[in-house]
Amino acid sequence: MNRMGHLTKSGKRRGAFSLFVSLLAMLSLLATSCGDDDDGGATEAPAPTAAPETTEAPAPTADPRGDPMGDGSLGIVEVEAGDAIQIRSLQAITGDVGAFGLPIDRAAYIAVDDYGQIKGFDVDLGASLDDLCSNDGGQAAAQIIVADEDVVGVLGTSCSGAAVAAAPLITNAGMVLISGGNTSPALTSDLAGNAGLNHSVGYYRTAHNDLYQGAAMAKFVFGELGFTTAAAIHDGDPYTQGLAQAFADAFEAEGGTVTGFSAINKDDTDMVPVLTEMATGTPEALFFPIFQPAGDFIADQAPGVSGLEDTVLLAADGLLNANYLPLPQTTGMYFSGPDQRFGENVNQSTGKTATDFTTAYDERYGEVPSSAFWAHGYDAAVLLLDAIDAASWVEDGTLMIDRQGVRDYLYGLRGYRGMIGTLNCDDFGDCGSSKITVVQNIGGEDNVEASLNNVVYSYEP
Amino acid sequence: MSRRARSRKAPRTGVDWFLTFLRVAALTVVAVGLLAFIAQEISTDNPFARWANPDATGLTGAQFRGLIVSGIAQGAMYGLIALGYSMVYGVLGFINFAHGEVFMVGAMTGMITSNKLADAGYWESNFIGSLVLIVVVSVIVCSLTAVIMERVAYRPLRGSPRLIPLITSIGVSFFLQNASVVLLGPAAKAYPDVPDWLKSKHTFLGIEGARILVILVAAASMICLWYLVERTKSGRAMRAVAEDAEIAELMGIDVNRTIVKVFALGGAMAGMAGILWGILFRSVIHTTGFLPGIKAFSAAVVGGIGHLGGAMAGGLSIGVAESVGPLLILEPLGVSGVSQLRDAVAFAVLIGVLLLRPSGLFGERLPSEDRT
Repeated sequence: MNRMGHLTKSGKRRGAFSLFVSLLAMLSLLATSCGDDDDGGATEAPAPTAAPETTEAPAPTADPRGDPMGDGSLGIVEVEAGDAIQIRSLQAITGDVGAFGLPIDRAAYIAVDDYGQIKGFDVDLGASLDDLCSNDGGQAAAQIIVADEDVVGVLGTSCSGAAVAAAPLITNAGMVLISGGNTSPALTSDLAGNAGLNHSVGYYRTAHNDLYQGAAMAKFVFGELGFTTAAAIHDGDPYTQGLAQAFADAFEAEGGTVTGFSAINKDDTDMVPVLTEMATGTPEALFFPIFQPAGDFIADQAPGVSGLEDTVLLAADGLLNANYLPLPQTTGMYFSGPDQRFGENVNQSTGKTATDFTTAYDERYGEVPSSAFWAHGYDAAVLLLDAIDAASWVEDGTLMIDRQGVRDYLYGLRGYRGMIGTLNCDDFGDCGSSKITVVQNIGGEDNVEASLNNVVYSYEP
Repeated sequence: MSRRARSRKAPRTGVDWFLTFLRVAALTVVAVGLLAFIAQEISTDNPFARWANPDATGLTGAQFRGLIVSGIAQGAMYGLIALGYSMVYGVLGFINFAHGEVFMVGAMTGMITSNKLADAGYWESNFIGSLVLIVVVSVIVCSLTAVIMERVAYRPLRGSPRLIPLITSIGVSFFLQNASVVLLGPAAKAYPDVPDWLKSKHTFLGIEGARILVILVAAASMICLWYLVERTKSGRAMRAVAEDAEIAELMGIDVNRTIVKVFALGGAMAGMAGILWGILFRSVIHTTGFLPGIKAFSAAVVGGIGHLGGAMAGGLSIGVAESVGPLLILEPLGVSGVSQLRDAVAFAVLIGVLLLRPSGLFGERLPSEDRT
């Protein structure tokens, strides 16, 4: 029972401790003085556009069976009279990343209301599920979804990391997953006909492929800012890693030099070590396409690290939101993201414009959408509803939905006019617009809207 | 008969050889990494500097200084939290895993108080006064949290096997985290902006003012705690209870009261660390206490659990090691993405110390009969 006994024999121990502390202090002073002071799979693609041409919910066909898409190979979902068609929304809706995923989640509810009934049947989104912006979160939520065999499709996820785990589970259950927020090339393809590492048949997205975003940022840094050296930091998430890599590859292809490429942990707070690692190459620009809160700490601590005092900070759409832009340390930073100048684009199925959407959003939630992908989320939701409409028929008062038909519709989508622009789905599920813009943050609480519109560079392949 | 004397007589087993191999391998990796780093610092053209990492450039003096100071500041916070683990282990013999959450409560309290002060305009007009005020509030709230925790969760289990309060402490930890989510929401909360002299790095030897403040305040807290434990009557009572609670009671010491004081003191140190965290990183979330808590526990073990100076030394060792280790040892060895390995480095220090000196840096080698 002599534990802590040495507390009583403190004289000698105290001596040892003082010696240790003195040694540490001496070491740090030594470090100060001896430094050299240099501060200095696609399924067969059916015939193009089965998309409805009208702006209202399409009228039922004359034949009760009609000519719905699909061969029944993935099974039929039966929705009895009085029941609702079940779809789900799986987005990052809590925590710091909530600012990123919540507008996409809400967009789904607005889209379902705008769309109305499908062949006389209501559509039920159920309660929003949370992808937690993580692999584990995506997996847990996907397991809840697939336990309900009535679910036809899922809108989500927000984060590519969550989709990596959720997409195989959801698509293996015969459902489709349509994301308005995922951008990692791993989930679709390298745009040269090779499937990504985490590609699943039955996965689609309206958000762009990050190979476009990486190229846009690289061209901006090399061509517009005139920098020849840059470094990139990611957090190990497929989105951040994919985008940082896309940027690095594109920057080198432009003729620049990547002086550093490293990773942090999502819950790191002290960024001095990683920033020092980057500072050894004295890059002119530092690209960190990550999320909050890690992005807060990098922007805050970078100017204090020797070698990064004048480095220009760049981030991407994961941080392009109403929580990040007002932070004092982010003033002057550049952000790449999807082109948000939607103008008078009209979603051909609901007839709604971006202005109609933001008005409805403000009425419902009392604020403007806090991040960039709400229009992508809206189009994703409408695409799912259109696909269900195209792959379903009513038999004895029961709505029959062909799961394979839903996929066939989506893989065959060409020239669809959405809120974000023209949508074409390729064999790997990339349906989105590839227009990317770079904006510069004006700074200040009241300038979020102005900063989002402060476009300094536009890119379209 | 001491363990050492016995082990000399016992034949070396395969496990002993394996452990020796591990010790030698760990020391070799550290030594080779360090030598390669030193070679880089002498000249990057040096063949040894580039044998594993052809892109190695080394660090400038200012960068090295920045890393060390950042490590000491981080380590000072780990040390302050570690004191609470160590003190409670000293008197009760169990690990209070909820202590990391007391630290989080301190950072949250500081966030709420500082934002109220900022709203009233006092934060900008009198920063030092505000800082003292948030420290006082946070220390009181954290001490109360720790004392209530002891009264409600641990005292009823005082006589039970040690595993039971340990599991209870994990439950308390979850309770505090979830209470924070319910009361304050799941998003990260920001501290108000600090004055420029804290952010500017040219204040003293090119070091950020905030980090100097953290180091100074941690040192002052440690001195106060040392004085309390070593020079006051209450401190003597704590040491007596740590030595042997039954005998201490027979000598007229109120054991319950002493234990409450230990929890209050540990809570106060965690509250102080919480404020320093807030000043340095200006952001707090309900999970803020988890990783620093685990690292502080490791620091307490590294220093020799039950030893107060050891807790602080362990904190500083882990803080500095995780800050400089990746760049000084791993990068010269050609490991990629080294900054992501900082947590691994921190826990490698724990494993390393346990391999080489199982009782910790300042821990005593206890006779086997006292180990039970």
